[in-house]
Amino acid sequence: MSHPNKKRLRRSMMFLNCQKPGLIKDPYIYKPDSIMLDLEDAVAENQKDAARYSLFHALQEIDYHGVERVVRINGLDTPHWKEDIRVCVAGGADVIRIAKTERARDVHTVEEHVLAAEKEFGRPEGSTLLMAALESCRGVLNALEVCESSDRLIGIALSGGDYTKDLQTVITGTGVELMGARQQMIIAARAAGVQCWDTVFTNLDAMDVFEEEVRMIRRMGFDGKSLVNPRQIDIVHKIFTPTQKEIIFAEKVVKEIDEKKALGIGVFTVDGKMIDIAFYDGAKRTISLAKASGVYEGDL
Amino acid sequence: MINAVGREIPEEILKITGKEPYQGAKAKDNYAFTRGAAKIRAVVDPGRSKMVASIREVLEKCGIQDGMTISFHHHFREGDYVVNMVMEEIHKMGIRDLTICATSLGKAHDPIVPMIEDGTVTSLRSSGVRGKIGEAISSGKLKNLAVMCSHGGRVRAVESGEVHIDIAFIGAPTADEYGNLRANGGKSNCGVLSYAVADAEYADRVVAITDTLVPFPNVPASISMTKVDYVVVVDEIGNPAKIATGAAKPTTDMRKLRMAEYCTQVVVNTPYFKNGFSYQTGVGGASIASTISLTKIMEERGIRMGFGVGGLTTPMCSLLEKDLVDVLVDTQDFDLGAIESIQKHPDRHIEITASEYANPFNKGAYVNKLDYVILAALEVDVNFNCNVVVGSDGVITGAQGGHPDTAAGAKCTIVIAPLLQGRIPAVCTSVTTVTTPGESVDVIVTDYGIAINPRRPDLMEALKDTKLPICTIQELRDQAYAIVGEPQPVRFGDKVVGIIEARDGSVMDVVRQVKEFSFED
Repeated sequence: MSHPNKKRLRRSMMFLNCQKPGLIKDPYIYKPDSIMLDLEDAVAENQKDAARYSLFHALQEIDYHGVERVVRINGLDTPHWKEDIRVCVAGGADVIRIAKTERARDVHTVEEHVLAAEKEFGRPEGSTLLMAALESCRGVLNALEVCESSDRLIGIALSGGDYTKDLQTVITGTGVELMGARQQMIIAARAAGVQCWDTVFTNLDAMDVFEEEVRMIRRMGFDGKSLVNPRQIDIVHKIFTPTQKEIIFAEKVVKEIDEKKALGIGVFTVDGKMIDIAFYDGAKRTISLAKASGVYEGDL
Repeated sequence: MINAVGREIPEEILKITGKEPYQGAKAKDNYAFTRGAAKIRAVVDPGRSKMVASIREVLEKCGIQDGMTISFHHHFREGDYVVNMVMEEIHKMGIRDLTICATSLGKAHDPIVPMIEDGTVTSLRSSGVRGKIGEAISSGKLKNLAVMCSHGGRVRAVESGEVHIDIAFIGAPTADEYGNLRANGGKSNCGVLSYAVADAEYADRVVAITDTLVPFPNVPASISMTKVDYVVVVDEIGNPAKIATGAAKPTTDMRKLRMAEYCTQVVVNTPYFKNGFSYQTGVGGASIASTISLTKIMEERGIRMGFGVGGLTTPMCSLLEKDLVDVLVDTQDFDLGAIESIQKHPDRHIEITASEYANPFNKGAYVNKLDYVILAALEVDVNFNCNVVVGSDGVITGAQGGHPDTAAGAKCTIVIAPLLQGRIPAVCTSVTTVTTPGESVDVIVTDYGIAINPRRPDLMEALKDTKLPICTIQELRDQAYAIVGEPQPVRFGDKVVGIIEARDGSVMDVVRQVKEFSFED
């Protein structure tokens, strides 16, 4: 049976530098769905052990009030990742984010070490979930393979900075350079039945551009976005939360399909729109997103 | 004796000061007294000049002597040169045993410390002190008690005659040769001279110090020639860059923005938020952000403010620009936007005196008509008592300002404080020093949650259906202690070095000498 939290709501995943205890002590006050405690790029090379120490105590001591605790570990090409995994599992992290994932076997390698750590520290086997960051052209091309690599894998995230470097271009702000990766990844994730998150947006002076990007990735089908500042959280939640109009329509669709099915009717109209069974899952998803976002007051 | 906020006030202190322990915010309602008065030297001879060539000469003309009380205002804030300029000359003259009665003192006045140490200054009354003067008082260097008073409490003391000022020194951005003083114009523009008005009225001798002499008559005058004995022109009375800066860039710190949003939601969900409401706020990042977010909601809902009170900053003044407020009444300007506003809108942005603003012992002050005041605090305790003067290390480091006055007057007093200041919990079991009594404080807004004073079931009812994170003050304290631990009490010595004077003149709390920290065995 798969992990009960595998498909939980993950609209906002906020990065926090484990090197800074002041940052990781209370990010739950901003109410992100997940935090990503970073041991990788944000932490100076000679401070990796200090960051792991802070991380371990934060995981052990701080009540994050239900916010999911993801840890970004160092890449498999570094000397740090094995110890990172031991600390994550010992501390009780919810999810480990694998950096620079290119193939299914990268996930398998991490999975083996996670299992060993779960045994070492007496954690239930399978309790630590995984997610994979795709940061290269090869990783993006192998998205489906990565998505199907492990039962622990909750989904894949695009890492735009490294990816555009590999693509020999830069982040332009138009999104054109990320178009192929975004499409490829969301298609692969949906095919495999896992989640998919968009890359960070770092220009904090351009909140309107950020908002436009969030609208776009929601339309594309993404589950959420990696964030670098708490000011971005409310915007993402607002855009990912179904509107009352969408919720009411989805409710009608679900109820009508249930009723009409009993009467032997396959296709009919709701508010002037043609509806058939193909709309059922989408409407159900809207209701569950509304429930998870805390805005649903109906009885479905 | 234990006072109404549960603080032990030593009998000895009550005896020395002739004061009563604090008995409650409204204990002195209807109090009857005869005002104090100044001894006037009439200027009958039209040929007499008020111009004096130097500070030294004016001190001699005023008959400065040991034991006198001299006063200053703080409109030049950390840019003030007047206090040091006058005190240096007094020091050179070898005068001793002075009382400084300032509306407030800051780090700019660190040079006074040696004069405290050598006995030139032996008593001090101020809204607060920062920097080295605070350290000097807390380490027991001032011979007599320091009296920390609110803005309303100081003007009460002056007008009621409890404090008699021998010589008032009034820094004036512009003056004419006959002593009409204005805050606008000149090199050290500060917008208003509100805090100096009572000094001009009640001091025996009034000395204007300016760096910009203008043709007679300098009108409309904040302080009239009828109150001023002498005018001294100096090169500079202040540093304009530190008197008022451009409007602070609105904060982008999400923690402050979150607290501001909580604060605004409290305001708009309480029954006083309707056309004609009144409002005052401070200069902290969260206070300014809450004014900005409140402005948006006022625009959306078409609700206008009747009057705003300040201590003003640009965001309050932009309410006037947007025609969202009828009148701003002003006792101090914190930035250039506020100074520009009072010059641009003389009919709707009005200078008021400190007494009109906050004096509890006149026939009614503006604070009594406030619906909302948004304040900050260093510490708040589970009884909602606030401390804005003494740091959590026991050293005097802040000022009462209008905190206790506005809190006592407003129908809804909201205090914004981040739950943790580094490793120091802002919500605690018992504040280091009580400066504003919990009975005057209604709502505490922190980044972790909001607590409503149980004395205000009406506010609890009004806010119960909002999505605000409302909890008890004990829960806030417990959260803070769970993160940083319960702090050990500051170790004070026995010697009382100062009192926190309640706005009605009674004793709210005492401040003791700090003990050098040493590790216990």
